[in-house]
Amino acid sequence: MTANSAHLQDADIEFHGVSKHFGDVKAVDNVSLSVARGSFFSFLGPSGCGKTTSLRLIAGFEQPTHGDVYIGGEAMIGVPPHKRPVNMVFQSYALFPHMSVADNIGYGLRQRSSKPSKTELRKQIDESLEMVRMSGYGNRRVWEMSGGQQQRVALARALINRPTVLLLDEPLAALDRKLRRDMQIELQTLQRDVGITFILVTHDQEEALSMSSNICIMRDGRIEQSGSPRELYDQPINRYVADFVGKTNFVAGSVTQINGQTVCMKTGNGRSFFGMKTAGSPELDVGARVSLAIRPELTVVGSKASNAEDLNTDTAFQGKIRNQIFLGEHTEYLIDVEEIGDVLVLSPKSIESASGGFDPGEYVTIGWKNDQAHVLKDS
Amino acid sequence: MGNKKGSWLTAALLAPTTLWFLIMLVFPLIVVVIYSFGERAPVGGYVASLTLEQYANLPSRLKAFTNTMTFAPLGALMCLIIAYPLAYYLAVKVSQRWKLLLLVLVILPFWTSMLIRTYAWIFILGGRGIPTLLEIIGIEGVRLINTPFAVVVGIVYGYLPLMVFPIYVSLDKLDKRLLEAASDLGSTPFRSFVQITLPLSMPGVATGCMLVFILLMGEFLIPAFLGGGKVFFIGNALVDLFLQSRNWPFGSAVAVMLVIIMLVTVSLYMRFTMGGKSGRDTSIM
Ligand SMILES: Nc1ncnc2c1ncn2[C@@H]1O[C@H](COP(=O)(O)OP(=O)(O)O)[C@@H](O)[C@H]1O
Ligand SMILES: [Mg+2]
Repeated sequence: MTANSAHLQDADIEFHGVSKHFGDVKAVDNVSLSVARGSFFSFLGPSGCGKTTSLRLIAGFEQPTHGDVYIGGEAMIGVPPHKRPVNMVFQSYALFPHMSVADNIGYGLRQRSSKPSKTELRKQIDESLEMVRMSGYGNRRVWEMSGGQQQRVALARALINRPTVLLLDEPLAALDRKLRRDMQIELQTLQRDVGITFILVTHDQEEALSMSSNICIMRDGRIEQSGSPRELYDQPINRYVADFVGKTNFVAGSVTQINGQTVCMKTGNGRSFFGMKTAGSPELDVGARVSLAIRPELTVVGSKASNAEDLNTDTAFQGKIRNQIFLGEHTEYLIDVEEIGDVLVLSPKSIESASGGFDPGEYVTIGWKNDQAHVLKDS
Repeated sequence: MGNKKGSWLTAALLAPTTLWFLIMLVFPLIVVVIYSFGERAPVGGYVASLTLEQYANLPSRLKAFTNTMTFAPLGALMCLIIAYPLAYYLAVKVSQRWKLLLLVLVILPFWTSMLIRTYAWIFILGGRGIPTLLEIIGIEGVRLINTPFAVVVGIVYGYLPLMVFPIYVSLDKLDKRLLEAASDLGSTPFRSFVQITLPLSMPGVATGCMLVFILLMGEFLIPAFLGGGKVFFIGNALVDLFLQSRNWPFGSAVAVMLVIIMLVTVSLYMRFTMGGKSGRDTSIM
């Protein structure tokens, strides 16, 4: 994607080389991206990586230092927030404390140049309340509401305006675990029902993975990688992304040989490992600092006596079970392997019932297939 | 209410305050009320009696009452009109670096005595002050000192900080996200001000108005210095009755009346500004 590329017809939001600097801080640094119409898009990254600033650039609370934001193909430079066809759900909800729930929700409609009639307003507010399952709460004061209810009011207040894009800044961060889970599902359902593009900001990878159709992983104001949750999970382009998306075992080393897609690397203590390059990853040179990345569920565990052939893997290492967590469908083992260190293994129920499972202190063999391991650049 | 020990401790801690309150406030008030039913001794002072004569005599000071009841709200209003933009500017527009300095400048006049500062205005508004300057540019015969205008100028000058501060506090703590949310929902900056900023700064406005109003009810310096005896407040009447003519019973009756008027107006005002509602958005400051 270059700054001069034609606007995608089906893109709702585009960033063309957008930067936002606060003094010396590059909160957003030369970011280009495009968000497809009707998709559920997430900015994912640790605190301070520029997610909120990106969202505020879309909403118009911040103006880019360089580049421009496009909404529905139109350049937004100089367009104030109240003239942009997007609405935002703030992290703190930012509900108006001096207004009732209904007045909060109706606020956007009352700002229109062609104000709806009282009955029409009433009707739309009631519909919105129903949509977020808050019927009958219209006359309540907002500060009487619980966190989850305030969150719903904030959602209804934004969605009643039928924006092209709904912006959500860590909307679930303040909720407890159970409620968060429920709201994630509700948000997803809602997004499908209303068909509006949702752009979510979160530092919770599980949340991003489970809700979004597309994720953009950020670090220090830049995009590390963007793609579908599956792409990011299966084909991370570097160690940072692999580390951020899902759980991964890493073995640090440096490249010794490259043979097409297969890369050979050597650890500090002289052991060689083989792994694959991932699609779209940066070029590797011999000697480059890399990590071998193996997902826990792609690692196989077997009895001490088994070898690679028994496990149907390309590698085999001896290890000792340090910890075991039974998760129902899976059992999670933390295994101390001398050559590698601690390795996390997710063993499916089918294998567990065959082998009878392993207890802490027991010696085992673990292994994986070389084509399921990735060699990733460290940066 | 906790256990017995806890309530004893509470009582013990509250005792000094309560005692202070009783001695300094309630006791003098009782004395004043008793005096107001008494009679003036021939040489001045008080003779015990039980008569409503002093109260019957109150209409003779009607002008002082009407003046006070005109200038106190008018002064509060003028202060509000000038203080709100100033407080808004300080709270919203000024960068964090300059805020403290400017706030100090607002209270700087309080570092010298009110008497001296009011005195200074006699010169500014008096014959050799502004009127002389106006004469230089050809406007003649303007009289400022000893007019109601001078009294209002004095009031605004003296009481402005009392209005600025509560409004500043309520504007300063206003969550900027609320304004962003309003603009996100399609509101123009002006409408956001009217719909969000103004209502949410009302507690500060109410506090400021109350402070200025109550204190103005007892004001006597400004009307005496700048009103030249033409604009007489109840405060001036009290000074006169207690210190000059030594008519303590009548002075007491005037004072009791002042307290009654203050109680009635303030409670009506509170009813009006905070009535019906309860909760955090109406808490003062
Ligand atoms: N208004 C601002 N003034 C100065 N620095 C800011 C401002 N807003 C954000 N930043 C800085 O920009 C960086 C990115 O912030 P933000 O976008 O809020 O990150 P995130 O939402 O990912 O946690 C941070 O280093 C933050 O301190
Ligand atoms: Mg943030």
